[in-house]
This record gives sequence, C-alpha cells and structure tokens, in this order.
Amino acid sequence: MEAFLHQLVSGLAAGGIYASLALALVMIYQSTHHINFAQGEMAMFSTYLAWTLLQAGLPYWVAFAATLGISCAAGMLIERVLIRPVEKAPVLTVVITFIALLVIFNSVAGWVFTHTVKVFPSPFGAGLLPRNPFMSPHEFGSIVVTLAVLVLLYAFFRFTPLGLAMRAAALNPVSARLSGIRVGRMLALGWGLAAAIGAVAGMMVAPVVYLDPNMMAGILLYAFAAALLGGIDNPLGAVVGGFVVGVVENLMGAYVIGTELKLTVALVLILGVLLFKPAGLFGRAVVTRV
Amino acid sequence: MIRILALAVAALATALPAHAQKKYGPGVSDAEIRIGQTMPYSGPASAYGVIGKSQKAFFDMVNEQGGINGRKINFISLDDGYNPARTVEQTRRLVEQENVLLLFQSLGTPTNSAIHKYVNARKVPHVLIATGASKWADPKNYPWTMGFNPSYQVEARIYAQHILKTAPNAKIAVLYQNDDFGKDYVVGLKSGLGAKASMIVREVSYEVSDPTVDSQVVDLRGSGADVLLTFATPKFAAQAIRKVGDLGWKPTHYLTVVSASVGAVLQPAGLDKATGLITALYLVDPTDPEASKLAGMKAWGEWMQKYNKGADPNDQFHVNAYAAAWLLTEILKACGDDLTRENVMKQAASLKDVQIPVVIPGIRVNTTASDFATFGEMQLGRFDGKRWVPFGELLSGR
Repeated sequence: MEAFLHQLVSGLAAGGIYASLALALVMIYQSTHHINFAQGEMAMFSTYLAWTLLQAGLPYWVAFAATLGISCAAGMLIERVLIRPVEKAPVLTVVITFIALLVIFNSVAGWVFTHTVKVFPSPFGAGLLPRNPFMSPHEFGSIVVTLAVLVLLYAFFRFTPLGLAMRAAALNPVSARLSGIRVGRMLALGWGLAAAIGAVAGMMVAPVVYLDPNMMAGILLYAFAAALLGGIDNPLGAVVGGFVVGVVENLMGAYVIGTELKLTVALVLILGVLLFKPAGLFGRAVVTRV
Repeated sequence: MIRILALAVAALATALPAHAQKKYGPGVSDAEIRIGQTMPYSGPASAYGVIGKSQKAFFDMVNEQGGINGRKINFISLDDGYNPARTVEQTRRLVEQENVLLLFQSLGTPTNSAIHKYVNARKVPHVLIATGASKWADPKNYPWTMGFNPSYQVEARIYAQHILKTAPNAKIAVLYQNDDFGKDYVVGLKSGLGAKASMIVREVSYEVSDPTVDSQVVDLRGSGADVLLTFATPKFAAQAIRKVGDLGWKPTHYLTVVSASVGAVLQPAGLDKATGLITALYLVDPTDPEASKLAGMKAWGEWMQKYNKGADPNDQFHVNAYAAAWLLTEILKACGDDLTRENVMKQAASLKDVQIPVVIPGIRVNTTASDFATFGEMQLGRFDGKRWVPFGELLSGR
C-alpha cells in the first residue's frame, strides 16, 4: 500500500511537470493554431537563462521574474522575426521552422553551457514535507505553481480586455481586425506568453530532472499527450490531462506493463485520442460548414 | 613475348621487397605514422571531448621527444557528435581519404557499433576504443576490434564477488539503462553470482527518454532489497542517488564507474547522499594525496603542466586519455619497423603484464590472440564525501 501511494504521488509530481509544459503548448495553439515543437527547447533555454542570473548572484524570485520578462520578450521577437514570414506558408514549412528552432536551441545551449548536468535550485527547499512522507516540498510547490498559472491564465482571458482581444484575434482574425484589434500584435503576445509559461515549466522541472540541454526531450512527448488528452484548445484540459498522463503512465509502468513500455503509454494515448475523440476530453468539437 | 616479359618483371618486382626490413601499411612512411579517431566534440556526449584534446596533447609530447622509432605521430581526431551516422561518415573519411594506419580510442558504444562491421571488413585496426561493452572482446568474429576500458561485465562480476563475500544473504535490487550498456552489466552480475543469482529480488530498467527514474527507485525500494546496484549514465545516476537519499532508504549502493565522476554526478546528487557509495576503479585518482608519490603520476603532472595547459588537473578524463595514448605508443614501439595493419593487431594482442603508469599499481593489461579483454582486475573504492577511497584487495572479474 505504501509503495502504491508512493507511485501515485510520484505520478502526480510528474503530471505537474507535463501539465505546465502542456499549458504552454495550448497557449500557442490557441493564438496561432500551430503546435510548437520547439516549446520544450525554448523552456530549457529560459531555464539556462535563469541559472545564469542565479549564478550572477540574483535572489531566486528576482531571477524568476527577470527570466519571465526576458522569455516573454524573446518569444515575441521569435514570432516577429522567424514565424511571421512563414505565416501564410503551407503547414509543412511552419513545422520545419519549428523543428529548426528546436535543433538551434538545443545545439546553442550545448555549445554555450556544455552538456554537463547542472543543479538548479528549488525555491521550496529540499527533503520531505513534514507531515507527508511521500512528497517533497518542491513537488508540492510546483503543483501549486502550475495550478496558479492556470488560474491566472483563466482570469486573464476571461476578465481583461487584452485577453478578450487575444481570444477574438485567434477565433476570427478578420472580424477582430475590422473591430480595431491589432491581430499581428496579439499573435506575438501569444508567443510571448507561451514562452513565459514555458520558462515557469522549465524552472519547476529543472530541480527534479537536473538542467541539461536534453532535459525537455522526453517531457515534451508526455506534454503533447497531456495537451491532446485534455483538448488542445483548453488550458484546464491540458492541466487535467497532464496529471492523468503522469499518474496513468506511472501506475501502468510500475504494475502492469513494466518500465520499458512507459513511453508507449503516452504514444497510445496520443493515437487513441486522435482516433476516437480528436477534440480531447474538454475540447470543443469544431464543426466546419462546407 | 613483350607481355610475358613485362609480367615476369612485374612478378620479380613484387617478389623482391623494396625495403629489406621495413614493411609499411597505409599511412606510414619513414617520417610519420598517421592515426585516426572519432570523438564527440559536440552533441549529447561532448563532455567526453576532452579525451580527444588531451590525447592530441599527449602525441604533441611524443613528437617533441622524437616520435616513435623516429616517426612522428600524425593524429587526426574528427567530431562525430556521438551520432552513429556521422561516425560512419567520418570513419570512412579517415580510412578511405586520409589513409590512416589505424583507428584509436574512437569513443562510444552506439558509435563504434555502427562501424564495427565496416572496419573488420576493411581490416583496419580499431584498437583501444573508448567503451566498455563486452562485445569488443570477440577476436573470433571481429579480429580487428579491441576495447580499452575494463569491460562492463568484468566490473559487474567484481561487484558480485564483493556482495557474495560481504553479504551472502543480501537481497539485491538492480537499476539499469535499457540498452547494450545496462544489459551488459546485468549479464555480468548474474554470471558473477552464478548459482546465487536468485539473490536478485528485483531488476528495473529505464529508458533514456524517461524524464526521471524516481518511480523506478520507489519500485526497487518496495522490493525490500538491502543492496542496490545502479548501472546508469550520469544524469540518471545522479537522480537515483538523490531519490534513494530522499526516501531515507539505506542500501549498500554500488555505482557503475561510468558515472563515478564527483563533479558531474555526485555533486549534483548531493555529496551527503553519495557518501558510502561503492564503485570499481582502475585509474589513479589525481585528487588522491597519495597519487603524487607515484612516478607515473609525476610524469603525468609534468605533461599536464607543459602540454595540456588550461585543462582541469582534477579531471579523471585526462588520466584516462593519457593511459590509452601511452598504451598505444607501447604497441607502436613494439611494432618496430613492421608497421603493417596485421602487425599492429598482432602486437596489440600480445600485451603481457603491462603496467600503465597512471593505472592503479597491480592492475595490468593482458591480451592474447584469443582474449582481447584488456583489464581483468579492478580496485573497489568507497566515496567518503570528498573522493573515492580505495579499500580491500584487487579483485579479478575475468
């Protein structure tokens, strides 16, 4: 029983990681209707940025805030410089641009920061929670952070004029432009926000998996599964999907199919969702009139 | 008639050796011996790139001191990014364009696997390669390939011996990477335990795509084992050591020498959590205060200062690089003026009780035409919170 609880909690902790990256994927999808394959590597790079700031002696939360700001600006810049020119190009061109970004970020990080694993500090402390022997303060803290990001996002889109404008620009660019919304600017902002959310994910993940240029490679696949399971256009769905994927993958790996097929669980989930419920658990089915 | 004469002349010309004693293979002249290597200077394993740079510095020293029997070493080390496809490409360039005599210390198990058949078909010496997989010691099927590192199976058998001696009733748990590297260890461990292989109560693998091995460690702890063997690459080894510590589990914990780096594994895992770990050593630890007393380490220190300036003198990779390059120069010296590919393999396969100056005294290299496993003995070491402290006698895992 104790082992089972351990596995459950360790699944929830992993799920929190997947959920935070899935949120960033959903963010970009909502504003551009593309899946950004470079999302994980951008998050990894932001985490190196935070690490550099911390090495320079900044306090944790200052470095945290600075990283969010810089990542957001960098995300907007990437959209302007690299994505805008291929906006109207065929899907394949866009996908290849994303993959190019992935390779570039990965290689540059390896070149600048080397491939030796680095320790990234946790703001929540080490050891175990005082009353709960199954979870570390960091695992608990990062789940809280993921939920907080979700609430903030919800409030932003639901209650602010800027959020409304962004939703309008994504949903119906032509009408949005006619009513005076700068659609291009909204797209850039979507990229910026996604980069910032990715940075949060990176900083929450790194204390667990250690910081190295390949830290997001495995996680991104699980995040895809999470985002698809919850519905690729639904932030709440992405978070729920993340936790479900984390727990299912862990329990299946420990008790049913063995550790060798853990990744397969994620791939089967992706396929299953696409085949039987393409909109995901919480997504809206899109009906197009022809 | 003229054609017959021409044939006769040609036959005579080939029958008479051009040089009475000197026999040269590709890449060799009176002035130089050309050797090649692939090395991950970029990519996921680029931490190992210092080995190639360090060996360049070693051959600089050899050349400055007059070379090998008067011939300079022309060392061509190419980047393969730890990508097997590029290893094939670069190796073909070395063999077919650069015409190297031999390949030396090409690094990595997947990378060398990709060229294993090619170099044996072309009959190019592929020697002292930087990997410990047991498949390199297979002279029957692959007579042109020989590894350098102690084989993973030898190391695992040494752990098995130690467990049988110190804890014959132990319950053993194993964490391993699900590939050639990890499986080699499991095979070695089982063969070392022999009839007592049932002492293993649980073995769990992980994939390199897994974000963490936390779940695996939780699983292993649940098996009630009191001995844990971790056969993992550096990042995953660090995660495992940390998780074992976090869980408050206190098994006797053996760690593969591949991940025994203090800076790259034990520090990230937490030195307090790493204290008490056991590994098997074969190189002298440059941070050991006793080390500087060895003549071999003195020469190593002088070389580091003069030829390998700016390199970290505490980094074990430089000892590793020096050891392999030193052994190659011994093999080439033994070849004398018969520098053919056949003779290189012959000399590499007749090393007898060779003590490399930077290898722990007593651990000797032995090879024969039917046994290509270079090292058979290793020294156990325990981590005391700062460095690996050798303990007990040398153990043999042959």
